[in-house]
Amino acid sequence: MPQARGLSIQWGIPFISRRPLAGLIVALLVALAAVLSSQTQPASQASQAPALTLLARDGRRALPLSVTGDQEFVALDDLATAFQLAVREESLGAITVSYKGKTIVVQPAQALASVSGRLISLPAPLTRNGRRWLVPVEFISRALATVYDVKLDLRKPSRLLIVGDLRVPRIVVRYEALGPSGRLTIDATPRATSTIAQDNDRLSIRFDADALDAPGPLLPAPAGSALVTAVRVVDPATIAVDLAPRFAGFKASTQTLESTMRVVIDLAAQIETAPAPAAPPPGRAPELPALNQAPPPFRTLVIDPGHGGSEDDGATGTSGAKEKDLVLAIARRAKAAIEGRLGIRVLLTRDDDRHVAIDERTAMANNNKADLFISLHAGASPRPSAAGATIFAAAFDTDSPPAVSAGRVPAFNGAVREIELVPWELAQSRHLDQSTAFAELLQAQLQDRIPLAGRPIASAPLRVLESANMPAVLIELGYLTNGDQDKLLTGDAFANAFVQALADAVVKYRDTTAAGGAR
Amino acid sequence: MTQRSIAVATVLLAAVVLGLVLFVGLPGLRRRTPVNVGPPPAAAAQAPQGRKIKAHLFYIADDGAHLTSVERDIAYGESAADQAREIISAQIAPVPAPIVSPVPTGTTLRAVFIAEGGNAYVDLSREVTAAHSGGTVGELLTVYAIVDALTVNLPAVTAVQVLVDGKEVDTLAGHVDLRRPLTRNLAWVQ
Repeated sequence: MPQARGLSIQWGIPFISRRPLAGLIVALLVALAAVLSSQTQPASQASQAPALTLLARDGRRALPLSVTGDQEFVALDDLATAFQLAVREESLGAITVSYKGKTIVVQPAQALASVSGRLISLPAPLTRNGRRWLVPVEFISRALATVYDVKLDLRKPSRLLIVGDLRVPRIVVRYEALGPSGRLTIDATPRATSTIAQDNDRLSIRFDADALDAPGPLLPAPAGSALVTAVRVVDPATIAVDLAPRFAGFKASTQTLESTMRVVIDLAAQIETAPAPAAPPPGRAPELPALNQAPPPFRTLVIDPGHGGSEDDGATGTSGAKEKDLVLAIARRAKAAIEGRLGIRVLLTRDDDRHVAIDERTAMANNNKADLFISLHAGASPRPSAAGATIFAAAFDTDSPPAVSAGRVPAFNGAVREIELVPWELAQSRHLDQSTAFAELLQAQLQDRIPLAGRPIASAPLRVLESANMPAVLIELGYLTNGDQDKLLTGDAFANAFVQALADAVVKYRDTTAAGGAR
Repeated sequence: MTQRSIAVATVLLAAVVLGLVLFVGLPGLRRRTPVNVGPPPAAAAQAPQGRKIKAHLFYIADDGAHLTSVERDIAYGESAADQAREIISAQIAPVPAPIVSPVPTGTTLRAVFIAEGGNAYVDLSREVTAAHSGGTVGELLTVYAIVDALTVNLPAVTAVQVLVDGKEVDTLAGHVDLRRPLTRNLAWVQ
């Protein structure tokens, strides 16, 4: 146990009787400590919060939490029991927390901890609830983790505290209805491989992990027509997918996205036998080809309205128009027009005003095996003279060819499959010719309908295009910092002209690829 | 006897004076010398009347969508890193109208490093992102003004990575990939 800082109260009292002056000083210190202690806010407003689950090699247990205002606290004596800490109350109200010779000092009324002499900030000060001292739950990750000899990983959103090098991937599940079929996407971060097995009306996905970080319901209640009725954790490393009676079969694939391993399970539905020849659902194009037909060469277009969310407006126009709103409105209009006219699936990377990370935008196109990716933006320039649209293809600022390597992944029937591994950030490098071909088709369609920049096709190392594993372009529609352009871009006529040109370019591109020209 | 006493006293006095000169006076003189003779460090760093080099700096062209190159006198830097610092400081400095800078107002240079292999790292203050007006072309012009200012003027620099507040960033305004050093690109210069 390290030497405590300052004088302890037990030493001070006999001191008073022997040396009056020193005793007086100690008495004053004690009085000061009492005053400071009285200023410490008791956690009278504290209420119970859902406990933290402590995961360790030897099992799991609950660590009670309390909440005051928005801040969650944990009792020091609970931490002492869980982690074999020595907690000691010093004079002047300081609390010393010791572990194997290392010391953390916490002062009441100060949102600070001193860890081996280094100051660490805490979101709230030490507080007292009755006879117990409470510290903000962040004390665990910011202070205790620095002195503890085993890794402590606090995951507040999941209410998990992982002790040691356990593999506990965070699991995120999404379900997407694709007509009568469906697609289940399961992300495990950090990466964890998995095996899938079917048992009647249930799929079991077992992860190579010690536990799963899967807070709350894994999947909000799917719609009534969904092929999945529930997704739940059934044992520490397995999730179960309960299947609807219409389920007929599935096909699974895996993808690696930086630190995430993604499992995509395509679910097929049984073909329903109608009592009479049924008319196709009104207003919907048939989504699945007949078996004796070649699959259509162009099925999915992903449109990416750039920017979004409260912290990323993109460019702002002279009239106050925001790039994020302009491109979203045009993307929605394009989706409706192209789906209605061409009968292909058009997905938007965002359909409202929210932040979407750049990699998520590209991942959506890759995971949906899009045939074309189009990112929509509007421009800005310090000079108001800038005008006209520019179509960008990606450029890779390197002389070395993209590193492509072979990899082996387990197939779901236990076999091993050879796959080609392309670095995520270089995926577009294999599609540059097709991207440029589409850019030229689009330029030809746009040139008589909207103003184009002096050099309307350009290439640049653009982040959102580099990881797209299909032909991809970014279109800068014009410059919002030019008063005339601002007025033009935000008008209906421009949106109609652009969407019409885009749809025409997609048709021409589809026809070209169907003839084997651009692919 | 008296004369001997006087002689002894004289020798002693001389020894004391010599000692004072040797141990007190000379070291003091030596300490003062560089202060009086050498230029103050701040003056050396600024070198307002010192050597100059000609360098190409890049500003927004009249069309607002390209850069234009302007030749300027830049303070001479002893090392490649010193010279890079002078060039970037000049590139990001406010300029009088009608010249328009591609670098947002308020941006300051935090540091420049040149690594082996010719990669330079330019660490700018957060204003380069926070005050950026956005746009793909606008961001390209900011990035390539910095990249080209070093790669055009310093043969030792082959590629440049822009850092912000000492950290790597994905982009400045959501478009241009800054995760790797970028090489010279004059396609955006008229």
